[in-house]
Order: sequence, then C-alpha cells, then structure tokens
Amino acid sequence: MINIVPPAAIFIIGAFLIPLLKGRLKSLYMLLLPVLAFIDLLNMAKGKYWIVKFLDYNLIFGRVDNLSMVFGYIFVLITFIGIIYALHVKDDVQHIAAFCYAGGALGITFAGDLFSLYVFWEILAIASVILILARRTDRACKAAFRYFLWHFFGGSCLLAGIILYVYKRGTPEFGYIGLSDLSTYLIFIGFCLNAVVFPLHPWLPDAYPEATVTGAVFMSALTTKSAVYILARTFPGEAILAWAGAFMTCYPIFYAVIENDMRRVLGYSIINQVGFMVCGIGIGTQLAINGAVSHAFVHIIYKALLFMSTGAVLHMTGKIRGTDLGGLYKTMPFTAVCCIIAAASISGFPLTSGFTTKSMTLTAAAKQHLPIIWFMLYYASAGVLHHAGIKVPYFTFFGEDSGIRTKEPPINMRIAMGIAAFICIFLGVYPYPLYKILPYPVDYVPYTAFHVLSMLQLLMFAALAFTLLILSGYHPPEMRAVNLDTDWFLRLPGMEFIRLCKGPLIAFGSFIDKGILKVAYSVISWVRSPILAMRLTPRAIGLGILGVLVIFILLSVFFMMII
Amino acid sequence: MKKKRELTFLDSPENRAKIMRYFYITLLILLILDFFVPKHGHFSWELAPEFFAVYGFLALVTLTFIAKALRFFVRRKEDYYEMKRKEGHHD
Repeated sequence: MINIVPPAAIFIIGAFLIPLLKGRLKSLYMLLLPVLAFIDLLNMAKGKYWIVKFLDYNLIFGRVDNLSMVFGYIFVLITFIGIIYALHVKDDVQHIAAFCYAGGALGITFAGDLFSLYVFWEILAIASVILILARRTDRACKAAFRYFLWHFFGGSCLLAGIILYVYKRGTPEFGYIGLSDLSTYLIFIGFCLNAVVFPLHPWLPDAYPEATVTGAVFMSALTTKSAVYILARTFPGEAILAWAGAFMTCYPIFYAVIENDMRRVLGYSIINQVGFMVCGIGIGTQLAINGAVSHAFVHIIYKALLFMSTGAVLHMTGKIRGTDLGGLYKTMPFTAVCCIIAAASISGFPLTSGFTTKSMTLTAAAKQHLPIIWFMLYYASAGVLHHAGIKVPYFTFFGEDSGIRTKEPPINMRIAMGIAAFICIFLGVYPYPLYKILPYPVDYVPYTAFHVLSMLQLLMFAALAFTLLILSGYHPPEMRAVNLDTDWFLRLPGMEFIRLCKGPLIAFGSFIDKGILKVAYSVISWVRSPILAMRLTPRAIGLGILGVLVIFILLSVFFMMII
Repeated sequence: MKKKRELTFLDSPENRAKIMRYFYITLLILLILDFFVPKHGHFSWELAPEFFAVYGFLALVTLTFIAKALRFFVRRKEDYYEMKRKEGHHD
C-alpha cells in the first residue's frame, strides 16, 4: 500500500487551482478531486503516518482506523454529491470554500494530534463562514458574523483546553480523553459547540438558513458530523452525553413545529438528529457507537438531500417560507419525490436508510435499561416525522396551492439529488455494505417483523394525529415570526451593553473629557500668568490646583516606573 | 408554445379521498398485525398490545400542543432583533 498524500491536502491544495480553469474543464476538475480523494482513501493502510515534527512535538496527519475511515468515506462522498449539485454556480469563492471546508473535515477525521486537529477545526470554521457570506445579503452577513463569534468562542475554549492538556501530559497525541480535569472540560466544550449540544446550539438554526443554496448542503453535512466523530473518538461512554443527546432530540422538535422557514426547520432537525448520535456516544456500548456512526453516515446523505430539494425550491422560486409555498409538486415532481424519499429516511420508515441505522441507537438504549432516554428517543422519532417527515414536504410541495408555477432545477442539481435518493433507499434495503465498515462488528438484525411493525405503528399513528390536527384546525398555522432561542440570553444583553456604551458611557466619557479640558486650560493660564489667573473664579483655581496635582502624580508614577 | 405539463392528481377530491381511504386501511392492518407478530423487547411495555401506535399518536398530539404553548412565549415579530438594535441607535 502506498500512502501518497493526506486526503485533506488533495481538497485544500486542489481548491486553489479551481480559478485557473474554465468551462467544462473546471467542472471536470472539481468532480475529479473527490474521486482522487476516494482513491487515496482506498489505498490508505491502517495505522499512524504522515508524521511531521513541529517544535518538540509530532503532528500526525494520518491516524487511520475503522472509526476514521467511515467518516473519511462519507465526507468524500458528500463532497462529490455536493459539488455535482453546485456545478452550475459560477462563483469560484464558493467552490474554494466548499473544498477547504471538506478538507478541514477530512483533516479533523484523520488528525492524530490535537495541534493539527485545532488547525483543521479553524479551517472548517472559516470556510463555512465564507459559505454564508457568499450569499451576499445583509442578513447573511450578520448571521455569518454571529456564527463566527460562536465558533470563535468554541475554538478558543478548545485551544485553551489543548494547551493545558499538552502542558500536563507532555504530548499532543490523543485518543480517548474523557472528562477529568479543566483541560478536558474546555476541550469538551469546544467539541460540544460544534456538535450543537444544548445550550451551545443556536448558531446552527441561525446561520444555516442564511447560507447559499449549495453551501447549505455542505454545512448540513460537515461541521456537526465531524464533531460527532471527534466526540465518539474522545468522549465515548460519558453519561452526560447520553442525557444531553436525549434532550437534544426533543428540544428542537418543538421549535421545528412552529418555524416557518423550511431550511430553518431543517436546521432544528439537524440538532435533533445529532442528538441521537450524541446520545449513542454517551451510552457508549459497541452497539450504541455503531448506531451513532452509521446514523451519522446516512444522516449526512438524507439531510443533504433535504437541503438540496428545499434549496432547489429556493433556487427556482426565490422563496423558502412555508407561508409562501405550497402545491409545487405540480411543476417540480422529481424534486418532490426526492424530498419525500429524504423525509421518509429521516423519519426512519422501513426500507429507508434511517430505519436500518437509528434503530440501533434505540435498541442500545433499551439494552442498557435506560427507560427515560428510551422514551425520549421514541418521542423524538415521532417528532422527526412531524417536522422533517411531513411538514417540510407538505407545506412546500403539497398543502394549499400557492399559485407558483416553476420548473425542475438544472440537470446537475437533479443528478445530485438522484444519487442521494438512491443511496437512501439502497442502504435502507441493503445496509450491509455500511455495516461492514462500522468501527465494531455488527450482529444486529434490523428487519425483524416486530421492529418493522413497531416503527410503522409509531410513525403511521403519528401521521394520523397530524392529519386529524390539520383537518380539525388545531395544528398551529405557519406564521412569519422569529422564535426566541437560548441566543436571546446573549443577543439582548449584548445589545443592551452596546446601548449602555452609546448612551451613559459616552456621556460619562465626554463629561471626563470636558473636565480634563478645563483643567488643562486653567493650567495653561496659570503658566502664562499666575497673577491674572488668581483673579479668575475660585472654581478655576480649584481646577488648576487639581490639574497640578494630577500632573504631579503622573510624573511621580512615571519616574517610579523608570527607577 | 407547448403548454407546460402539470400534475394535478391531488386537485381532485376523489383522488384525495382515495388516498385517505388507503391510509386508514393501512392503519387498520397495522393494528390487526400487532396481535400476530412475535414480540421481543427489553421493556415490559414494548410487549403491550398496540403500545407503539398509542405512543406515536400521543407523542404527536402532545408535541403539537406543547409547541403551540411554546409559540406563545417565544414568538416575536420577524424583525424583532433588528428593531431592538434600532432602539439602541436612537438613544
């Protein structure tokens, strides 16, 4: 086996050659990059290599084992699909950012030391900011700034944790970390922020819907799932993650019900889905980790497909709010079918990829006898059906006819959606190729009669409840609104702080300024003519003396510092 | 010019009624199958008759009503944060 070059390098270095090419050659080149990275992956032997000396430490760019390989495959696969979807985009900045973004995710996946991990972590953050900025709207710009601030906070925690960790242990190499001291808690916070663990999650539903149509596909796949990978690597079996994950599955589904922007609904849905994975990592048994990893794999595909199909609608109609859409199946049947396949997959219907993977986590919770978590996960499963399974396709493609008449998106978008839809069904019918590459051996049988029946009952009767609620008018209508989330606790105090700066603090500052000016004037007049100044008002004399005192104090401090 | 092809399948009330009829029949079949499928589970309630159907139905109903209540607390106008920021400018 020859290990030529890290796959991350293919993407990151390859990205900067894109502007040099034109037309079909450029498209071909962009498609070739993921193919090359895939061939590279196939040739990578297990072990640790691509070790570079940095100061006294070893940077490891190739830690290859079962866990990193699964994520390597899926990141390359989704880059391929995402690039096909984005081929019509003429903006090179977006393509470069997308490849650097995927490169960052691959870098994280194969990093064997914390320093290189941190560098790729930041590449990931910066590249994703660019994909939001590339929308070039005022809203996107502001959302990108907020997104950047969140990730700056997370990155800073991570870096502080890494420095402490390396200082204590003497090596940046890492495997299982586990929560023990301050350094590990800081690292944990950094990872959890990217894994949208409550309450560090509001950046996702805030920023993703503002990203470009094609950028959102990459965003839905890379940031959170690379964090899932790293949590599975460093904090498996941490009980707090099991509870945090279970809470993450339930919390966002309520928001998703009342959210109007379809891509924001999908943003909340990502939190919910990552919740299943985080919970699996927290449970920490082999079955649970397998469940989390396989769920991450298929989730990347079907969530990307959901973002692709809603993105296609946004691309063709310029609209994305539930209140503006409806009846689009008439003119976009292919997109509608792809959306339904993704919706069925995310809900976990039998014969789709969600069923063969998510049920592993559910079974793992049961096997460990965690009844409350089990109830939460099943509750969330019904909730997924509501917002991602029914709401998104229903209000976009069916529901009340909005009168919009459009056509199917460009052929490259359709091909990308077709590939993703095929994989959703294929891994649902025949999950064994995926089972084979999971970190632990799989002795799980997804298709027992009872599994199928229980999932179908859960989903179909939840669908019945939705139908009855819609027909009886009890279902909350789509409304144009913003729903406050935990970021309110930062944004409002932040705005109040700026207000405080602009009002009282500026007034206080100018008061001080004026005082100092007065002192200065009186000092000048004293120096020019003490006798004349004596005739001035007592107030001026007082200020003058104060001024002399201040100067005296300043001078003495100055001299003390020199001595 | 050629008229664009449009699907209008769901526009007719008969088709919609047909779909609903199939939907209800499926539900009925699922309820009946519950008595014939061999069950295995780690919790005793998993084996209770029609447990998942009842739980799915209740989950969605409670979800919807809790979300409605949540909307009461967290819903603001679409330009809420912009307005808040502007208020700051006027000071």
